[in-house]
Amino acid sequence: MSNPNQTIPGQYRGNFLREVEANVEEGEWVKMCMQCGVCAGSCPLGPYWDYPPQQIFMMIRAGKREEVLSSTSMWMCTSCYNCMVRCPRELPITHIMHGLATYAKRIGKAPQTPITPRFAQKFWDNLTVTGRVNELKLGLALYFINGIGEGIQTAMKMQDIGLGMLKTKRMSPFEILGGHGIKDKAGFRAMLKKAEEIELAKIAKNQVAGV
Amino acid sequence: MAKRDYSFYPGCSSQKGASASNCTTSINAICDVLKIQLNEIPDWNCCSASIGYAGGGELPRLTLSARNLALSEQHNPGQDVVATCAACWLATRETTERLAHDDQLFTETKIALKEAGLTLQNKTPVRHFVEVLIEDVGYDALKAAVKKPLTGIKIASYVGCQTNRPFGIAGESFENPLYLDKLTEAMGATALKDYDKKVACCGGALAFSEPEKSQDLIKDILQAAYDVGADMIVTPCPVCQMNVEVYQGLINQRHGTNFNMPVVYYSTLMAVAYGKSASESGLDGQVIRAKQLDALAGR
Amino acid sequence: MADIIKIGAYLCKGCGLGERLNIGALENAAKRAGKASVVRSHGFLCNQEGVELIKADIEKEGVTRVVIAACSRRAKTEAFRFDEVAVSRANLREGVIWIRPDTKEAKETTQEMAEDYVRMACAEVRRMTLPTANPKAALNRRILVVGGGISGMTAALEASQAGYGVTIVEKTDRLGGWAGRLYKRVADRYPFADPADTGVADMVKAIQSDAKITVHLNALVSRTSGAPGRFEVEITSGGAATNETFGSIIQASGFTRYDLANLPEMGGGTLKDVVDQAGLEELALAAAGGPIKRPSDGREVRSVIFVQCAGQRSEKPGHLPYCSGFCCTTSIKQAMYFKDRNPEIDTVVLFSDLRTPGAGGEDFYRNGQRKGVTFAKGSVRAVVQGEAGPVVQFQDEILNDSVSMPVDLVVLATGQVANAGVNIENAPESAESVQKVSILNLTYRQGPDVPQLKHGFSDSHFICFPYETRRTGIYTAGPVRRPMDIAQAMEDATGATLKAIQTLENAGLGRAAHPRVGDLSFPTFRREGCTQCKRCTVECPFGAIDEDEQRYPQFNEARCRRCGTCMGACPVRVISFENYSVETVGQQVKSLEIPDEFSGKPRVLIFACENDAYPALDMAAQNRLEYSAYVRVIPVRCLGSVNTIWLNDALNNGYDGVMLMGCQKGENYQCHFVKGSEMAYYRMSKIGDTLKGMNLDTERVTTYEVAITDIHRIPKLINDYIAMIEKIGPSPFKGF
Repeated sequence: MSNPNQTIPGQYRGNFLREVEANVEEGEWVKMCMQCGVCAGSCPLGPYWDYPPQQIFMMIRAGKREEVLSSTSMWMCTSCYNCMVRCPRELPITHIMHGLATYAKRIGKAPQTPITPRFAQKFWDNLTVTGRVNELKLGLALYFINGIGEGIQTAMKMQDIGLGMLKTKRMSPFEILGGHGIKDKAGFRAMLKKAEEIELAKIAKNQVAGV
Repeated sequence: MAKRDYSFYPGCSSQKGASASNCTTSINAICDVLKIQLNEIPDWNCCSASIGYAGGGELPRLTLSARNLALSEQHNPGQDVVATCAACWLATRETTERLAHDDQLFTETKIALKEAGLTLQNKTPVRHFVEVLIEDVGYDALKAAVKKPLTGIKIASYVGCQTNRPFGIAGESFENPLYLDKLTEAMGATALKDYDKKVACCGGALAFSEPEKSQDLIKDILQAAYDVGADMIVTPCPVCQMNVEVYQGLINQRHGTNFNMPVVYYSTLMAVAYGKSASESGLDGQVIRAKQLDALAGR
Repeated sequence: MADIIKIGAYLCKGCGLGERLNIGALENAAKRAGKASVVRSHGFLCNQEGVELIKADIEKEGVTRVVIAACSRRAKTEAFRFDEVAVSRANLREGVIWIRPDTKEAKETTQEMAEDYVRMACAEVRRMTLPTANPKAALNRRILVVGGGISGMTAALEASQAGYGVTIVEKTDRLGGWAGRLYKRVADRYPFADPADTGVADMVKAIQSDAKITVHLNALVSRTSGAPGRFEVEITSGGAATNETFGSIIQASGFTRYDLANLPEMGGGTLKDVVDQAGLEELALAAAGGPIKRPSDGREVRSVIFVQCAGQRSEKPGHLPYCSGFCCTTSIKQAMYFKDRNPEIDTVVLFSDLRTPGAGGEDFYRNGQRKGVTFAKGSVRAVVQGEAGPVVQFQDEILNDSVSMPVDLVVLATGQVANAGVNIENAPESAESVQKVSILNLTYRQGPDVPQLKHGFSDSHFICFPYETRRTGIYTAGPVRRPMDIAQAMEDATGATLKAIQTLENAGLGRAAHPRVGDLSFPTFRREGCTQCKRCTVECPFGAIDEDEQRYPQFNEARCRRCGTCMGACPVRVISFENYSVETVGQQVKSLEIPDEFSGKPRVLIFACENDAYPALDMAAQNRLEYSAYVRVIPVRCLGSVNTIWLNDALNNGYDGVMLMGCQKGENYQCHFVKGSEMAYYRMSKIGDTLKGMNLDTERVTTYEVAITDIHRIPKLINDYIAMIEKIGPSPFKGF
């Protein structure tokens, strides 16, 4: 928390709120929160968030940019949508959390721990290679996300699970050799590239506009 | 009975050698009985589920599902898009609704799709397979097809999150959806209506990146099922099924519990009740065997 | 006709009465004990044939008193209404067969119960006379409205549109009140998006062009006497007095703004750039649509903080303990003054609980959020002078963060203080009762203004009886009654107007208004028996009784609510109503046969308030809840009307106990006559010594608070009481 009685320029002035509205998915909803706290009480991993959604929304309005963007909060979202369906103001809270995570990651504010930001990136990278997720490669990438040593340890721990999945044919060792994928990879990648281009252009425009 | 045709979006985990391949097996078995024709969307791609957001922004993620919708329009015209995976259904339905309500996003999406040589009208309804069962087939017809009633099997219905929120199966409540109970009762089993973790979260994708926190959630889901005297848990969601089934050993190690609870798909349950064999019903995909169902299917 | 007593008793055999009871024996009871001249039974008394039978007897047989032995007096009231004769009801259905088991063992006691009720009804009706209208009835179709603000103007226009004449007395030099000093009002219609025109100018114009409305500006009410239908009012303006007569009065004297000087810690009265909401309206009016400028140096305001609940909802000395209800939406509106003109102006609303009442309140709040007003849950510690203006030091309660924020202007959302006049009940003077000057200058014995309920607001009961004051024919409306906004004040004034019309019309017919609407009976007293003890004048909850020149009570019938609290108070029992008196009840008490002490059948008398306890008993019966056959219930208008002589009679006659059931008393009272049940409790607390003097256990007279919802509790109370009586044994007075 900030130093008591310290006067911080920009606090409660709406600067960060405007930044969020311009750059974060469904960010224009943040100002509509009425601070009831139902979201905070509905979150399965609530106790592990640095700040629950209710607080995040207030922090955005109070101008706490660094604290919000570098917090672990959004990365604790399991996408259970409980907050979203219970919100009496019908804020798309889950989407806002995803959007804040995306934005924090894009401008390099996402925290190093926990590993969810990196895992989520790996997931995206995995699916964009062939158009479909390769569960085996994704799993292995996750095990070794913090280096070889820890990876082997994790793999050992998860050995039984892997065996179970293999035995029931719900995991295939052949997936390591390419595995499933779509046919029109070229079109698929061009499409994604275009979508990214459009989105980044919008962000650049916002930055020129000063928000 | 005339066959009903649907444009099918199976999703990554349903593929051969993937974690929910047994779900696909059992879905195929009941489609056979109920005369449902699922026409796979050719060359479909991943929806990015609910964890792709770190790498993909809003528009790239929406574009992924838009591509599948466009392919469906092109190859399976006039057919509702149907998904069996909770995340696939959610992402696809989310996309169709967002694009319908946001002209700018729709325009931008169409520009991106053009790069893959595709166009999109965005008029196709996106439905969960369960909705096909209860709305198009109906509980009565589902019940009428039962050959081996699952008499005496006590079942905790675990609906989970993404089949239930934010959209949910049509006509059901978020806090206490009843369709899974009704389905299990239609199959002759006993639905344990006091099961209080019906719509709790299993951790979803965070079971990978936050294993201990997620396993704590799973532990509660399992314990509640034991508390009401369940023989097995039934679920419609591939992530729920895998998370609740495969981590029981690790949870037992960490918490000193003694969990060994089968977690089966509703479609597996139905396939067994419809007289399909153990392998047709996907029972051989159980890491924790559902012995009562094995016995019934083997007969 | 009224002098000839000829009782007709009619027994119904419907609803199972014929099967459960020995009707022949009941007929005998009516004939012998009840001395009824005509006794008939009918299979379905409330149908047309049954009613015609009674009517024929009234016309052809000369029956002047009618006893209906059937269902509760609360059932079939239309069918059993005979305006030309006195009617008493013996409650055999809800009072007997529905609360008793249909068993062989219970048959005897059930029958005894029924026969007693028939005897009691006959005894009652013998002493009843038919009430006639108040001979002093006067119809005056003119209404006095005190106060020319939004409430008073609304009341005047509503009354005029309904065809009544109005005189408005306004103390300032113009109509409009506080609403007339607003730049704009809170949005009052969909989509509740923007501040709206106050509409005051249009109302003033409508009043000025209305021939039925007279306006006195710079005027005060210097004297009010009389009663509904004949209020004599002296209006003083500029030293000159005029007199006018009114049918009823609406007091819309509004509120005074809370004194900012009470909030020095928030810069109230010390910092120029700290204003209250009325102060901001002044700035907005001065800006006339241009940029709002701050008072200290006239610079355009670029940042503003609104502090909600300033000096309100606080137990600190000098603060208001209540929520004024209008201030959250007002702050949202005022923040919009800034945002609508320039969205770049920072507007922060610090709230503890944002409350936006009314249909559009929530929409208005959302629109404030859409316009970029920042809402933060925060509590202000202090507002101090900084380098460039005020600095607000507050705790953000969501972020648990200590914040100091420099702004150009601070608006404190302070509350409304009622202009309720003199507190005639001399409650401890608190900050909220700043008004010492009387509004109405009533010449009533009990003081010059209407009594206050809570926090200095004039009201009778927020929920049960809105608009009602404890002075019949005088209705308060608007913020003098409770804190409120314009929309609520307009609705309130409309309601009060309807009440004012109702009361003057009833007064014109010589009938009671609220709550015994249409009742023609009113209390009279036997002058020669009166000892001038003044208890009736003091204890009347409505100030209906003055004293005449010879110090005898002077009943102002039109002010009376017919509760009978005076009758209960009178130690020499000279006060009575035509159809409700010491005799009508006393003779019921004495009419029944008390089994001797060896019978094992105790008798307990219940006096049940007809507003709550008696309906609760009926509903217990509808639910077929059983209670003891040893009780006999007598409904009373209010527990306040219970005269202790009835208790004496009962105990002397050998009853084993008396239960009194009335409404909740005290601060959250439920008594329909405000003080009646409280008076009863007070009186009963005094009879303990009398009981001891009679060598009786004090438990033999017990008072209960019973709510209309106590359907399941009431049978238990009765049964527990009977068990207690059985334990302490029969009354020693039996058989004398």
